[in-house]
Amino acid sequence: MSEAHAPLVAALADDALIYAQRLGEWISRAPQIEEDMALGNIGLDLLGRARSLYGLLGSLDGTGRGEDDYAYWRDEREFRHVHLVEQPRHDFGLEIVRLLLVASLDVERYAALASSADVELAGVASKAVTESRYHRDHARLWTLRLGDGTSESHDRMVSALERVAPYVDELFEDTAVEVAAADAGVGVLPSTLKSAVMRFVEDVLAEATLDGVPSSRWRSRGGREGLHSEACGYLLAEMQHLARSHPGATW
Amino acid sequence: MVMTRATPRDGRLSGGKTPASPTPARPSREESRSSAAEVEQRVGAVTDPEIPTLSIGDLGIVRGVEADESAGAVRVRITPTYSGCPAMEVIARDIVDAAADAGWDATVEIVHSPPWTTDWLTERGRAALAELDIAPPGPRSTGASGPVPVTIGRAPHTESSVAVVCPRCGSTDTELIARFGTTACKALHRCRACGDPFDEFKAV
Repeated sequence: MSEAHAPLVAALADDALIYAQRLGEWISRAPQIEEDMALGNIGLDLLGRARSLYGLLGSLDGTGRGEDDYAYWRDEREFRHVHLVEQPRHDFGLEIVRLLLVASLDVERYAALASSADVELAGVASKAVTESRYHRDHARLWTLRLGDGTSESHDRMVSALERVAPYVDELFEDTAVEVAAADAGVGVLPSTLKSAVMRFVEDVLAEATLDGVPSSRWRSRGGREGLHSEACGYLLAEMQHLARSHPGATW
Repeated sequence: MVMTRATPRDGRLSGGKTPASPTPARPSREESRSSAAEVEQRVGAVTDPEIPTLSIGDLGIVRGVEADESAGAVRVRITPTYSGCPAMEVIARDIVDAAADAGWDATVEIVHSPPWTTDWLTERGRAALAELDIAPPGPRSTGASGPVPVTIGRAPHTESSVAVVCPRCGSTDTELIARFGTTACKALHRCRACGDPFDEFKAV
């Protein structure tokens, strides 16, 4: 039997796994070696978080699956992450803006989940809060440096904000996934987190001499229902092909 | 909770690595099994693979050791320092090996609650870090979104609210080079007095 909040745990795990995959791509491509390490380490924290959550999910959804089953053997329509985390890597400015948004959201949502009625989920969440706070500080420091840096870095941050704008509303949408978990007393509604998350983000942007996140003529939706953008298929192909080409391989 | 049933490494005794205490021709398990207190002590003495002077007992990640004398089975609960710490699997395996050397079958469980913080490090653990020239963690910041001092200049991502003491010369005239160091739990600093770079065990 599947628990009411199983889809929420899947959504949190998929957000973490897919963003970890994107962050891992920065190793050897960041502007300095310390940043290869930093983005790689942040990705590692998210991957560890995803593994813990998939560990819970196998009993919550009643299938008994393990972490590798979820990561390697599901197809695109079964992934429940938001569109922002699957978007292709662009320049470093965009990654910092994306990290600022994701880490700010994670700080707030995991802080709320730390008092979840599901004590196992609460345990993973309380660990996640301190880590995401560190990630958020990292994004904040780079936002200040780039926004209030050269005209080139400032312009890149402006265009990064324009690029992420269509993906922000989806982060705070109360979909059936979050509503079911909140009704069961184990989740949190994303809409209730929006003001705290965006206040932090907008304060950092203002300090970095940047205008806020601009409005957008369109917005992403559907990630929580398994509807994804073109980028998702390519990401999964790279992430899954080894496991699928050599089923059961270990090292 | 994630259950890890690690198995002893194949060929550990015959492989390239020399075990700490070689056990020649092992007698039967029951005869050679040591006491529950002994196996608990051995489990706590397993060292962190990335910080070899630091035992997992002193690191504060052992959350419980329950020995079942009649079955010769011991259940060990450990908690990660960081969610993605890649050393957890090696540690789980080393626990199984250490228990096996004492004649016990160990099951290692990874638990997440309550989360580990640097407050769980013992004084002996802090001394073990200093021995390797790693600055022990300072007080944890618990503020949700307190101000982070920032210098805009040559190294503006340098952030330090508490002076980190150089583990080599004791100077407090140090600067942060990178917030993410050689492992997930460390940050990289440089001492302006003696010129040496050094790791800091981050306070979380």
